[in-house]
Amino acid sequence: MRPEQLWISFYTMIRKDIVRMFRIWVQTFLPSVITSVLYFLVFGTVLGSRIGDMQGFPYIVFVVPGLVMLAIVTNAYANSSFTFFQSKFFARSIDEILVSPTPPWVMIGGFIAGGVMRGVLVGASVLLISVFFTNLTLTITNVAVILAFAILTAFVFALAGLVNGIYAKTIDGINLVPTFVLTPLVYLGGIFYSVHALPAWWQAITYANPLFYLINGFRYGFLGTSDVSPFLAAAILLALIAFLIAINWYLIRKGLGLRH
Amino acid sequence: MTSALSVKDLKKTYKSGTTALKGVSLDIPEGDFFALLGPNGAGKTTIIGIVTGLVNKTSGTVEVFGHDIDKNHEKAKTYIGLVGQELNFNPFEKPLDIVVNQGGYYGIPRSVALPRAKKILTDLGLAEKMNQTAWDLSGGMKRRLMIARALIHEPRFLILDEPTAGVDVELRRSMWDYLRTLNGKGVTLLLTTHYLEEAEQLCKHVAIINKGEIVASGAMEDVLAMHDEKEQVKGKYQGSKLEEVFLQLTKEK
Repeated sequence: MRPEQLWISFYTMIRKDIVRMFRIWVQTFLPSVITSVLYFLVFGTVLGSRIGDMQGFPYIVFVVPGLVMLAIVTNAYANSSFTFFQSKFFARSIDEILVSPTPPWVMIGGFIAGGVMRGVLVGASVLLISVFFTNLTLTITNVAVILAFAILTAFVFALAGLVNGIYAKTIDGINLVPTFVLTPLVYLGGIFYSVHALPAWWQAITYANPLFYLINGFRYGFLGTSDVSPFLAAAILLALIAFLIAINWYLIRKGLGLRH
Repeated sequence: MTSALSVKDLKKTYKSGTTALKGVSLDIPEGDFFALLGPNGAGKTTIIGIVTGLVNKTSGTVEVFGHDIDKNHEKAKTYIGLVGQELNFNPFEKPLDIVVNQGGYYGIPRSVALPRAKKILTDLGLAEKMNQTAWDLSGGMKRRLMIARALIHEPRFLILDEPTAGVDVELRRSMWDYLRTLNGKGVTLLLTTHYLEEAEQLCKHVAIINKGEIVASGAMEDVLAMHDEKEQVKGKYQGSKLEEVFLQLTKEK
């Protein structure tokens, strides 16, 4: 395929996914927004004033980056895992792409792009809502860092979701990882607290959690302060992306779960 | 003459240990209307799956218009249109979107794919349904939508895996007319079907496969000439000549 044909194929996949996302917006966008509103109400308005400051910022301002990141991670992951699983399992519509000359890397790109877009769009919606709960006192130190971490994190979790979608053989298969792996990692990654508030043994465990670095890198863009170096966080993000791209490319090229 | 499809010593053993193909060789000349017949589980869909990239072969070679599917699979795929046995489109999408998106996967711009899709859907009698969700189509309409989707990139080689299964007589005949017209325009067709009178009327060449092996192959009249009236059992049902040849070649010995 010529470069413009590759682009058309890629664009077709994204366009199709975006149409789907907006057609079922009640399932794709609304749940994260409602969950975030509840978090802001409980941890910000109700409990936040009693907790006081965290790293020199009002508690509600401290948790905003983590909650935005939570929305990005869960939505990017869910989108690529579900769309891939759905297209290979229900009606086998993935054959439409498999019989075409679209190469595996464009196919991966198409599924990932949808996940990145949904993650970033839902994250932006949560950020917009947070403004109302922080009395417009949202701190933004570096927009470029925020954007870079938002997009790269969505990229990582869209890739991870795709691996899950490829391996999953039942609908339970795409729910197990988010429930038993992703959610604990996100919640224990420092959304609601600074690592310095933890006992030493817990701190040591937290440093082994990759989500901890992503959340802190993202928080650095907002608050200008972080538990870890944003450069280390960025390096971990890039390493994860390279690793997950290699896995996805191998799996799709081999046809695991796709071809007999 | 160029071969639209050339298959040599094709073998396939599934992970379960089932050997689906035991060294199949086939040659379909360009412009042919070719029937691949066989009982259920004979290996027809496996051959089609390998040719279209949906099944990995164990060994053997496959060339589509001279392009090896291992060495130049992207080019080979551009020649092929597939109408699969199972309905495999997203039923929540509109027929027009399904066909246009399929064009996109072949690198066809929307500005080209849109009018082409409308024409194909209209030719296949789906003009009034193209903007409803595919879920609402009748069984026969869904079959025609599968054909429309396979034609969007104007393939030179169309593979139809039981395209008329479950379709009523009138619609089946209108589909035959459409396929004949396509063949008249130079499109090579490979048809698998359990309606043997369909193959007998439409196809120029035929291959009969049984348990992963080709048991007869050649021009339709040559295969029909294999008909041995002595083999027929008096008092039993009798079908067309092709049906009788098919049964003689595939019956359990």
